[in-house]
Amino acid sequence: MNLKASVLRLQVESSLAARVASPFQFRKRLIVETAPTGVSPIDLLVGGFPRGSLTEIYGPPCSGRTSLLVSALASRTAASEVCALVDARDAFDPHSAEAAGVKLEQLLWVRCQNVDQALRVTDLLIQGGGLGLIALDLGDTPPHVVRNVSMSVWFRFRRAVEHTPTIFLVLEQESNVKTCASLILEVHAQETRWSETAGSTGEISRLHSPGCLFDGWKIRAEMIRSQAKQEDHSGVDFETEITRNYQM
Amino acid sequence: MAFASIFVPNFLLQSVVRAEPTFRKSGLALIDGNPPLSTVVAIDETAAQKGIEIGMTKTDAEQLADVEICPRLPAQEKAAHAALLDIGWSISPRIEDAAQDAIVLDLSGLTSLFGAEKDIGIQLVERSAACGLRGNVAIASNIDTALIAARGFTGVTVIVPGEESQYLRGLPVSALSPSGETAEILSRWGVATCADLARLPILDLSERLGQEGVGLHARARGASVRSLVIAQPTYCFEEEMGLDDAVEELEPLSFLLGRLLNQLCERLTARSLAAAALRVRFDLQPSFENAMDAQEAFWTQKQPCLYDTEIQLPVPVRDSKMLLKLLRLRLQRNPPSAPIQKITLTAEAARPRTIEGSLFLPSSPDPEKLELTIARIAHVVGEGNVGSPSLTDTYRPGDFQMHRFLIPREASKTNRARRKANEPAHGRIPASFRVFRPAVPATLDFNAGCPTRVAFQGLRGEVSEASGPWRTWGDWWREDPWQQDEWDLEIHFRDVARRDRCFLSGYHPNPGIYCFYYDSLRRSWFVRGVYD
Repeated sequence: MNLKASVLRLQVESSLAARVASPFQFRKRLIVETAPTGVSPIDLLVGGFPRGSLTEIYGPPCSGRTSLLVSALASRTAASEVCALVDARDAFDPHSAEAAGVKLEQLLWVRCQNVDQALRVTDLLIQGGGLGLIALDLGDTPPHVVRNVSMSVWFRFRRAVEHTPTIFLVLEQESNVKTCASLILEVHAQETRWSETAGSTGEISRLHSPGCLFDGWKIRAEMIRSQAKQEDHSGVDFETEITRNYQM
Repeated sequence: MAFASIFVPNFLLQSVVRAEPTFRKSGLALIDGNPPLSTVVAIDETAAQKGIEIGMTKTDAEQLADVEICPRLPAQEKAAHAALLDIGWSISPRIEDAAQDAIVLDLSGLTSLFGAEKDIGIQLVERSAACGLRGNVAIASNIDTALIAARGFTGVTVIVPGEESQYLRGLPVSALSPSGETAEILSRWGVATCADLARLPILDLSERLGQEGVGLHARARGASVRSLVIAQPTYCFEEEMGLDDAVEELEPLSFLLGRLLNQLCERLTARSLAAAALRVRFDLQPSFENAMDAQEAFWTQKQPCLYDTEIQLPVPVRDSKMLLKLLRLRLQRNPPSAPIQKITLTAEAARPRTIEGSLFLPSSPDPEKLELTIARIAHVVGEGNVGSPSLTDTYRPGDFQMHRFLIPREASKTNRARRKANEPAHGRIPASFRVFRPAVPATLDFNAGCPTRVAFQGLRGEVSEASGPWRTWGDWWREDPWQQDEWDLEIHFRDVARRDRCFLSGYHPNPGIYCFYYDSLRRSWFVRGVYD
């Protein structure tokens, strides 16, 4: 019986030798190290941003993508990691970032003018190594421009960041990275929150009231793809809050 | 007590060859003096074999043989002498600057660090070779014997105490460095070697030659005793190179810079130091509109145009390749305006950094590698567009500064406290903002003092919620005061007109919260950005 089994095994291995090496070898499942995103519901959903992988966050403007990105930067800089932000359209706001807890002295901010510069700079940063998080912000870049970025670019980035402890985040309006990403999150905004809402007649909130403030909005984040988690397209809701530093 | 002496034979020639190693293969003759009376002052073996002699005129030398003929380069001699001193200080803290081509080291207490005296001698020869100089080393129990033996013998010579006269007996009297007149007298007497001089009666010698004769007699016997005149260590690391033909292209310039940087880094390494900053100066070739200007510049000895740049390093570095890469990136970004006639590199010395690893701190990028990466990024996006931001102490909206990025050493405590104070309640995350740079002009329609419709960059929308106006102003005492009325508006877009010319073309017109402001001084509306 054992002889038959071993002969059968040899036959299967020899027929699959061209395609699969050692088909019967037990391979341990790779444990991907993750880091907290800074948003507890997202951490529960996806288990954190994976290191050595590409994570894509996409959504329309005003959906909360930037808030999620800044929370990630705050979380990594609080852990004394050096982070880099490649800003394709120079849209980063240091004031709201600092209010959100980002340690600006640990953030390398690269202010680009176009996508080509952003991609070249990202390549340099990944090759340089040693960074805890590299974020490529294409949030304000028109989608038709980002669609023209070849898939080979994303593959190259994925290979370059593999086996490094760097988290590589890409922020876009629509999903372009696709299979190159280990984790894809889609975010969109839901209801906004104001301290005084419009009346039943539909009139706009009145002026001259210091109480009328924009307080924040609700965000829905859906996990489109995750190599670590089995279930896809599950989502969570969380809220943002405007932090204001009033100095009297 | 032991002393070592390093002597660099044919120092003038070696200082030139140190800067231009290719001259080692071909013959080389150095000339000095004002043309057309320039004469040969130094030659190498190849030039000597081809018949060139010291004292020959330049014209004769050129006609006689096909060798390289270069003028003396005082800058190279100065740099070579500085390198020789650095080699001495790399071994012993007490050295004497005996001559331009020789130094003496006090070896007391160094055998426990460097080994036996012969091993120290071998190390001195190796370090000299690393700095581009081929020297002879002699070790003796007194200073003058070490100096004389280094001039007289090649390689490493260790003189056993008590046998100085035996070693020196065969050396010519000229090795004792007598004055011209004394040398002539000794020559007339037939005194050719140190042994001959040592045999002369000292009293008679002192009557005829005075104190100099007594000193020569003691040195010939190897019995001279004197104290070391200690040279103060200097921290000036400078290398210069004058160019016969002005260099215009970056590639040949990089080759020359690389050579100078290698020499500089070797000297720093010999002294266990590193470069905290690198200053580069180029003497540029002047350009003249006409021959009169050129003539006037020649007679008035007008100073050449200069190109200066400085590279500050985040950590002290002595890697010449890395310094060359940083220098190339700087020159590509800011090239000199004219061909280069002379290069001067100066390194600001500092203690090299010591790395102490920690088990619990996360790994950070290597500072040298990061500095190179940032320089490359600056080459792509511009110098002022890469760094770390910091908020300025002002109420002006959106004001910040960009600083050079340096890896922080300690965790900042102030930000931690600020984050705790600003932490939103109920598990919410802080909302972020995206800025439009520059601010986008907008037009707003009002009804009863509240905006109802907005239009900017081809987008038109209706306001469903509004908060404002929030007036801020400041800096009224400056030339650039500001006064703004801010609104936070929730906008639902109706249509997208002129989509192809929209700043946010391809921008999906989703509803969103935008921040508008009225600039009272410019009397215009703008969109500052969007909450995202």
